[in-house]
Amino acid sequence: MSQRVDEPHDDMRMHITAPVIEPGYDFGTVTDKISAIVLRRRTPPGWFFGFSISFIITMILMVTITHLVLTGIGIWGNNQPVGWSFDIINFVWWIGIGHAGTLISAILLLFRQTWRTSINRFAEAMTLFAVACAGLFPLLHTGRPWLAYWLFPYPNTMGIQPQFRSPLMWDVFAVSTYGTVSALFWFIGLIPDFATLRDRAKSRFFQVVYGMLSLGWRGSARHWFRYETTYLLLAGLATPLVLSVHTIVSFDFAVSVIPGWHATIFPPYFVAGAIYAGFAMVLLLTIPIRKLYGLEDFITGRHIRNMAKIMLATGLLVAYSYMVETFTAWYSGNAYEEYMIFNRFKGPYMWLYWLLIFCNAVAPQVLWFRRVRHSNVAIWIVSIIVSVGMWLERFIIIPVSLHRDFLPSSWGMYAPTLWDWTMFIGTIGMFFLLLLLFIRFLPMISIFEMRTILPQAEIREEEA
Amino acid sequence: MKRSKIPQLYGLMAEFEDPTDVVTAARRTYEEGYRRINAYSPYPIEELSEAIGFHRTILPLIVLIGGILGGLAGYFLQFYVHVFDYPLNIGGKPLHSWPAFIPITFECTILAAAFSAVFGMLALNKLPQPYHPVFNNPRFALATRDRFFLVIEARDPKFNHEETTRFLQSLGPYEVIDVET
Repeated sequence: MSQRVDEPHDDMRMHITAPVIEPGYDFGTVTDKISAIVLRRRTPPGWFFGFSISFIITMILMVTITHLVLTGIGIWGNNQPVGWSFDIINFVWWIGIGHAGTLISAILLLFRQTWRTSINRFAEAMTLFAVACAGLFPLLHTGRPWLAYWLFPYPNTMGIQPQFRSPLMWDVFAVSTYGTVSALFWFIGLIPDFATLRDRAKSRFFQVVYGMLSLGWRGSARHWFRYETTYLLLAGLATPLVLSVHTIVSFDFAVSVIPGWHATIFPPYFVAGAIYAGFAMVLLLTIPIRKLYGLEDFITGRHIRNMAKIMLATGLLVAYSYMVETFTAWYSGNAYEEYMIFNRFKGPYMWLYWLLIFCNAVAPQVLWFRRVRHSNVAIWIVSIIVSVGMWLERFIIIPVSLHRDFLPSSWGMYAPTLWDWTMFIGTIGMFFLLLLLFIRFLPMISIFEMRTILPQAEIREEEA
Repeated sequence: MKRSKIPQLYGLMAEFEDPTDVVTAARRTYEEGYRRINAYSPYPIEELSEAIGFHRTILPLIVLIGGILGGLAGYFLQFYVHVFDYPLNIGGKPLHSWPAFIPITFECTILAAAFSAVFGMLALNKLPQPYHPVFNNPRFALATRDRFFLVIEARDPKFNHEETTRFLQSLGPYEVIDVET
C-alpha cells in the first residue's frame, strides 16, 4: 500500500508498459469517479438485467435446498460406489476460485505489486462470495444441516467429541478460518472508504449507514500508522493461510487410499489449480464490469495482461501436475494405480478427461502470443474455458476415481440428477447476485489505495 | 453538533492542499515544541506520522501474543479431547498423535492472530468513535477526499490562541480555523 515512491528504474519501465492508472487524475477525481458508482450515477440497465437473471437462478437454488432438506440427499445422483460427487466437486471448485482474491490482496501486497491496487477490493469480495457458495455444499451434504454445529468441539450431553485426526475436521477449521479472515481483511480495507462515502453521501440514510460502518474513521495520522501495520500483518497471515486451505482440501483426498487420490503431489497441485481457476474467474468478471462502468482508466490493459500471464503460469503448473500424476501411476508398478490412469484415458468418462486436457493444458497456451494477450475478448474466452476445465478436473478426480476402485464387483457408474445441476447452477446465480449487490452498494475499487498510487501522493523530500 | 451551551476550544485546525506542505508543516510544528498535535490525510502517509512524532506501535506484539495463545489453545484442545475427554483406541495408535494435530493448530494460530490484529488496531485507535471534535469543521469532510489537516490541541502546554494561530498561518495553509469541542 505504501509504494508511493517507485524505484528509479521503475520510471524507465513505466514508459514501456502501460500504467496502472491513466494520467490526468487527482485525489478528488479518483474519489469522485469511484464513489459516484455507488452514490451518484444511475445504475446501468445492464446491472438490472444481471440482477434479475441471477435473482431467478438464486430462487432455483432456494427451491432446490428446500426440496433437499424436506426429502434428503437421495435426490442427488451420488450413491455407492460414488459417494462424493457434485457436492464435493462444487465445494472444491468454489473454494479454489476464492483463492485468487487472497492471492491478489495479500501475496501481491507483500511482493509490492502496485498494479493489484485497483483489483484487490473486487477480488476480495469475489473470495468471500465464493467461500459462501462453497460452504453450502458440505453443509447440505451433512444431510441434516441444522446439526452442523456438531462439527465443532463443545461440551455436550451426548458425551462425544469430534475426531481431530480426520482431514474432514481439518477442513472445517481451515475453511471457517479462511472465511473469517477474508471477511476481516475485506472489512478492514473498506473502513477508510466507508468514511469517504459517509462524507460524500447526500441522503441522511446513507450518511448514517456508511457512518456506522466507517466506525468514525477520520484519517488521523496515528490511526493510519496502526492501520497500515494491521493491513500488512493481515496480509502476512493470509498468505500462509491461503496455501494451507487448499492443501487441507487436498488432504481430504490424499490422506485416503483411493487410487487417483492417494498422491503426495496433491497439495501443490491443488493450490496451483486453485489460483489458476481464481484468476480465470477474476478475468471473467473484471473484463465486462470495467467496460460496463467505464473503469478502463483504473483497471488498465496492464492489469488484464498481468492476470493473463499469472493464469498462463499457473496453467503450466497444473499441466505439469497432470504429467506427474500419470508418470507416478505408471512408475509405481501398482496395478490399481495403473488402472486408474488407464481408466481416465480410455474408460467410460474418457471424453471428459480429454476435454479437461484441452481446457486446462492446451487452450491456455494461446496466451503465449502477444496478440492474444492484447485482446480482451480472447482472454475472456480463455477464462471461460479454464473455468470449465477446472470444474472438469474435480469431476475427473472425484467421481471418476471412485467409480472403479479395487473390486470390479463393486464398480458402478455415476450420473448427476436434475437437482445436482440446479444446486450447482443455483450457487452460480447466488454468487452473481451477491457480487452485483456489492458493486451497487460498496466501492468496488479501493479509493484510498488508488490515491496512494497517484504521482501527486509522493512527498517531495527536497522541499519538505 | 454543539454538546454544551458554552463551547470550548478543542484546538486550531490548519487545512492544506498538498501532501508535501502538510508534512513540512507538521515537522515545523513538532520542532516548535508542540506535542498535542495530530494530522489528518485521505490516505496513509508514512512521513506524516513520523513528522508528528509517532512511529511506534505495540500492535505487532499483540498479534504475536494472540497467535501464540491461539496456537496453544488449538493444540491443547485436541490434546485434551483425544487423550482425556474422549480417547479412542484405533488400531493401537498413540492417543497423543501430534502430527495429526498440526493443521488445526496452524489454523487456530492464524485465526487468533488475525482477530488480535483487527481488534487490537481498533482498540488502540479507540474506534468505533462516532463523535470527534474535528468533525465540527464542515470542511473536514474533505479529509476523506483530497485535503490534509493539521491540528494543535488547546490543551497543549505551549498553546496560546493568538500565537498559535499566527504560527499556523505562517506555515502557508489554505485556512486556519478554531475547532470547538
